Formats: sequence, structure tokens, C-alpha cells
Amino acid sequence: MTSFNPARVRADVPLFHRAVHGRPLVYLDSASSTLPPRAVIEAMDRYYEYRHANVHRGVYLTAEEATADYEGARAAVARFINAPGGAEEIVFTKNTTESFNLLARSWGASRLAPGDVVVVTEMEHHANVVPWFQLRDSHGIEVRFIPVGDDYRLDLTHVDRLLEGAKLLSVTGMSNVLGTRNDLAALARLAHDHGALIAVDGAQSVAHGTTDVVRDGIDFLAFSGHKMLGPTGIGVFWTRRELLESMPPFLGGGGMIADVRTDGFTPANGVARFEAGTPPIAEAVGLHAAVRYLEGLGRDAVEAHERALTRDALERLECTFAGRVRVIGPRDVIDRGGVLSLDVDGVHPHDVAQVLDQHGVCVRPGHHCAKPLMRRFGLAATARASFGPYSLTRDTDTLIEGLGHALALFA
Amino acid sequence: MAPLDDLYREIILDHYRSPRNRGELATPPAHRVEGFNPLCGDEITLYLELADDRLVDIKMTGRGCSISQASASLMGATVKGKALVDVRAALERFRQLMTVTETRLDEGAEAEPPDVRSLGELAALAGVVKFPVRIKCALLAWTTLAQGLDEASGH
Repeated sequence: MTSFNPARVRADVPLFHRAVHGRPLVYLDSASSTLPPRAVIEAMDRYYEYRHANVHRGVYLTAEEATADYEGARAAVARFINAPGGAEEIVFTKNTTESFNLLARSWGASRLAPGDVVVVTEMEHHANVVPWFQLRDSHGIEVRFIPVGDDYRLDLTHVDRLLEGAKLLSVTGMSNVLGTRNDLAALARLAHDHGALIAVDGAQSVAHGTTDVVRDGIDFLAFSGHKMLGPTGIGVFWTRRELLESMPPFLGGGGMIADVRTDGFTPANGVARFEAGTPPIAEAVGLHAAVRYLEGLGRDAVEAHERALTRDALERLECTFAGRVRVIGPRDVIDRGGVLSLDVDGVHPHDVAQVLDQHGVCVRPGHHCAKPLMRRFGLAATARASFGPYSLTRDTDTLIEGLGHALALFA
Repeated sequence: MAPLDDLYREIILDHYRSPRNRGELATPPAHRVEGFNPLCGDEITLYLELADDRLVDIKMTGRGCSISQASASLMGATVKGKALVDVRAALERFRQLMTVTETRLDEGAEAEPPDVRSLGELAALAGVVKFPVRIKCALLAWTTLAQGLDEASGH
């Protein structure tokens, strides 16, 4: 049993000590990027001030220490997602987007033939759409979409037909627009029943609950460090060892080879094959610290806290604005994360966000890199507020105050 | 960061609430051109009728935030009926107005305010440059106009 205390988390995050426009920072943009706690920043500082060296090369002390730090981060991430094969299954990338490009260009380009089917959903981030369209253009694959219903959840009515002949189902763990969480275990069973593998976009889900690739039967997982209290510039690609070993390299260069001659090259074995060039070492150290920090909070406790915040915000938005502020997402908090996409009556999301900024409130206006989903609901954009482990009910107070201001200014 | 009033001037709110030159023109003779802001999904369609080196009429449709819509409305009011050479000059002046100079980004250092006397009502948009993320909103109609003029005059 952990003693989760969001106020203590907030005290751990240096950025909350900053004022904006003379007001306290009300950070409601964790779906874009989470704010790192001091432990993450200090781990990276310590690395740069005390141990920095390139990894896997030098045999001097700091190079050995840096290598141990980097590989230690891999082991921590493997534990974090319960990777059955351990650290040997964790590839560090730049971000979730690069992880999906790795999946499409390596596994996809080598395993898929013209006419093969990849199934995604209408609620995917562009990172899990565009690489498949690129593969359609270069390799002639077919891309199908599972639709989203009026209840803002996947409409699985015709899923058997959609999955017919599919080689891959690639789906988000949690929509970055709707907050909808998908039942990954059920989707994995569906995919496997149709002979397809399942890839999961964990960008929105990893920091807001537990991720267990064995429990859910997942085959590929992608996520980013900076959406789980870690630094920018590092992402993770995970797959089971036997799949990883069958995949050709994606980016070529230093570090990913076993041999290079004047007539060609032989790629390295294992995860090194996918990590060309000097990797994000300090970022791996920071990610390791973020993993430990999240584990210390207790991921179930974080999820429960954010669920309580979401329930409270949904109720108060409804009773304060009586329909003038519409939430584009499920009304209940079952299988739903702390993302509130707002459609404010008569006020463009950009203007909503600009007025909120004057109240110190950080939200994200735009299409959230999910244009198929926005189109599905006839929207060009929304203003999205999203919670993190450091969020408090008083953040919702200020959000509501700012929304009232925006309505008054533009109505 | 500048106060909100610098951005949402009364003229801007007025043009947002009551946009001028809304609608469509028959194509041909008018030329139709679309512009998109891929970051926020704002869109605009301009109908440009050119004759004798003049922009004799302009109409527009689209949706977007107050800044993009007010800028489009103010643009239409500014360029309608003008000689093309004057339209292009206005375009260039507006682009300059929306340029973030290096000194403006330096903390504490304020650049000379731009001379906005020749801009008329458009000067109301001068405050947008203090909100750099919104510059692309203000520019959407203008870059679309530039594209439309190039297309219509066969460039």
C-alpha cells in the first residue's frame, strides 16, 4: 500500500514553483508532455556532471559507468512493462513516433506483401496512421480503420470482417483526444484469433496505470519518456525477443553493425541493431529515474487519483456551463483516463486556450494529431485539458474560472 | 508576455463577430484558392476576381479562431478594389508586421515598435506578434491571398 499524495508530487516538480502572468501555474497539458520531478532532472544532471561518456566504446571508468547507467535504464524499463525477455527486448528510440516508424519500416516492410492488411482505429494519433499509409504507398498494403461510435468508444460491430486477413492490429492504449481506454487484452485476443499480431501505442497510457505486455498479450509496444515524467528525446520500442531477432535494421550507421566492409555490412545482433549512432544516454538515465518515481507513487494510485479528478471535472463542467462547454469523450469514468477535450460554444479552441493562459492554465488547442477522429466528430479542433499525478481539484477550479472568462469575452 | 487586451483589440473582436466579405463568387471569372493551417485545422477559401490589374472583388469562407478570422476580414476590407501592385505591397507590409525579430525574443529588450500608421485598421493586429504562436493564425488569409494572386496571374 502506497501513501499517494498529489500535493507531495507537486512539491517534487520544480516547474510548479514558477508563476505565469503573476499566477500559479495550472498545468493541464500532461497528455502533451508531463512535467518532470526533481529526481529526473537531478539524475540527468548527475550523469552529465559526474559520469558523462559515450557508451559501449571506451574502457575507462566513466565510459563503463555511463554504459552501466544506459543498460540499467533498459532493465528498469523492461521491469516497468513486464517484458518477458527482459532488457534484451527494449529498444530506445527518439519517441513513440520513431518507434512506430521502426515497426512499420522494419517489421512491416520485411513481413508485409502487397494486399496484406494492417488494421488501425479511427482514434489513433497520426504516429500510428501515417507510417502505415507510407507503407501502403511503398509496399501496397491495405490500411483499415475500426470506427469510433457515438459513445466515443471503438465500435466493434464489424471487427471480425475488418480483421479478416489482417497481419497486424495497431491500436492506442488510450486516446489522446477522448481519454477512452481500450481493452487491450480483449483486442489482443481478437487479433490473435484472426492470426494477426497486436501493436499498442502506449504514449498516453503508460504513466496513468499499469502496463503489462504479458497480462494483455501484446506483441509490440511503443511509448515516450516525456509523457511519463521523463525527459524528451527518448522513446521505447518493445517486442518479444524472437520477433525482434527476425526484424531487419531500420536506421543504419555506427553502433548497429557487426561488421562493415567495402562490399557491404553485417548488422549487429540484439537491440544494438536498432540503435544506430550515439543513443540518448542522459535521457535514458532520466527515464530510469522516472520509472522509479512512478513505481514509488504506485501506478494504480495514480490512476485512481486521476479518475477522481476526471469524475469531479466532468460533473462540475456540466453543472457550471449547462451544455455550453461540451466534453468530447465518454461521460463516465470507466475505462477512461484524465483527458478532457472541450468544445466551447462559440469560442474557437485557440481563443479558449489563449484566455486560459491569462489565468495560468495550460491546455492544448488543436486537432491533437488525430485528424481522422476530429473529422469523425465534425470538429476542426478542441481545447484539451489533461491531468497528471500532480494535478489537484483546484486546477479544475481555475479551469472553470477561465472558461467562464472565455465565454464572456467572445459570446 | 503581453496582456490579453493587446491581442483581442475591440476591432478584432468586431471583425470576428461580424466578418466582412463573407460568401462566394462565381468561378470563373473569380479564382478560388484554399488555405489550411495544418497545426490547428483552421481553413479559409478565398474567391478573387481580378480585372485590369486590380482585385475588383474578394469573398471568403472558412472557419478558425478569432485572430485568423478577423485577420481575413480586415485583409478583405484592406485589399478589395485595390490595384494589384498595392495589394502586394500591403501583403508585404503585413508580413513584416508579423515577423518576430531577434531582439523581441531577448528578455528585457524591446524592439522599436513598427510604424503602423500606413496600415489603418490592420494596425489592430500588431499585438499578435507578441504572441508568437498566434502569428500563423494571423497570416493564414494573407499567405492564401499571395498564393491565389500567383495562381490567378499565371505564375
